[in-house]
Amino acid sequence: MSYVTGVGLTPFGKLPGRTTLDLMSEAASAALADAHLERADVDGLLCAYSTTFPHLMLSTTFVEHFGLAPTYAHSLLVGGATGFAMAMLAHTLVEARVARNVLVVAGENRLTAQSRDAAVQTLAQVGHSEYEVPLGATIPAYYALVASRYMHEHGTTETDLAQLAVLMRRNALTHPGAQFHDAITVEDVLASKPIASPLKLLDCCPVSDGGVAFVVGREPTSGSRVRIVGAGQAHTHQYVSGAPSLTEFGAKASVERARRQAGVELSNVRYAAIYDSFTITLTILLEEIGLAPRGEAGARARDGYFDRNGQLPLNTHGGLLSYGHCGAGGAMAHLVEAQQQMTGRAGARQVKDASVVLLHGDGGVLSSHASLFMEAQ
Amino acid sequence: MTQSGVLDWTTGGAGIAFQSCPACAHTWYFRRGFCPRCGSSAPAERQASGLGTVHAATLVTRAPSEELRAHAPYLIVLVDADEGFRLMAHGAHDLRIGARVSCRFVPFGDRLIPFFDPA
Repeated sequence: MSYVTGVGLTPFGKLPGRTTLDLMSEAASAALADAHLERADVDGLLCAYSTTFPHLMLSTTFVEHFGLAPTYAHSLLVGGATGFAMAMLAHTLVEARVARNVLVVAGENRLTAQSRDAAVQTLAQVGHSEYEVPLGATIPAYYALVASRYMHEHGTTETDLAQLAVLMRRNALTHPGAQFHDAITVEDVLASKPIASPLKLLDCCPVSDGGVAFVVGREPTSGSRVRIVGAGQAHTHQYVSGAPSLTEFGAKASVERARRQAGVELSNVRYAAIYDSFTITLTILLEEIGLAPRGEAGARARDGYFDRNGQLPLNTHGGLLSYGHCGAGGAMAHLVEAQQQMTGRAGARQVKDASVVLLHGDGGVLSSHASLFMEAQ
Repeated sequence: MTQSGVLDWTTGGAGIAFQSCPACAHTWYFRRGFCPRCGSSAPAERQASGLGTVHAATLVTRAPSEELRAHAPYLIVLVDADEGFRLMAHGAHDLRIGARVSCRFVPFGDRLIPFFDPA
């Protein structure tokens, strides 16, 4: 058993003058305070990566910078799945009594530290360096290829995708830390700048600066009784050219492993935190996991099913699409928001019931999957 | 040209190389020294015909660099080669999923790349 005892989240967007270590430190300080812990209480540390600070040993760099002396520390890298994979490992370490309080932290000044071209080129490197990147492929292009096939097979339209962008923006309008504060319509999404068809600018998450942290512990030190009750992963490929399928990925298998461990049914889930790097990512994950029938995620969003007051509230902070995406911290913000919902601290965004939560993230091109179930006692 | 005399665009040749396993008959694209299915250490290197079917397609408007911006928009496709592997390439803008295609080689950036037209 493990508890998510504290969370810390900076605003996302342009945060000039702050380095990777600054953003990690800010989030870590907030998470420790929220968990009612001191630095000396941290005996486990998990870090991710920073494309703007590609240090070989980020975890011990942070140990020294922040002033920690853990008995267990390292980094973990599975792209966008990293946040939930770190949560899974933290939970496993706590259950195995390797550590009592594991600090999980990520941050990156991805927006202000580099040009837009540099960010696009760095991220494109998740593709194959000999067979894909030389073709001028980008992350949006890899996902756009998936989108073209998925839409061909399941009848999803660009309007369906746009519904999810609109929902994430509507959610972000209620969170002061979100990168975007202007409402958008389906027409705005459809008319936004083409990137890689069928994806347009507003189908894509932004590049952001930000920092996120949480503490997973053996005891509910802060009184928060949010428990991680199941976790799972699935890894099927790296490159989109080598994916076994462009319509079936590892999401279902990953969630099923976590679900069996949690001993709950999918129908018990009251709040969903699902990775949304692109509208097509969110569409595929919702449908493959079984939170919407194939081809109907957009219609469900349009009809209010995923609204804050709907049947299954989704990414109430605005998700990657509108709260923002700072790398490994992007998905961790989903977990922070879920924990705040589960502890009744989401303010104007508070949902009625967040007693059972499903979190799912993917890295690469739907290559790596990590899932968690959390319960509030 | 690769060691076996097969032409491959990733090493400067006007051709598409792929590999297959004499032991288990598995076929794949990214070269390596063993079969990723059965582990056999003697994969055969073969020359693809350049014929296939479009599996997925995207028109890329936002190129990743100044050098490639001059080429944009360009169509990136995933093609199911007749020999049983999938590859990424460029293609004519009007290609649709399911189209039968054949390959030629065109300059892009600093090299020759595979480009598919309707067959």
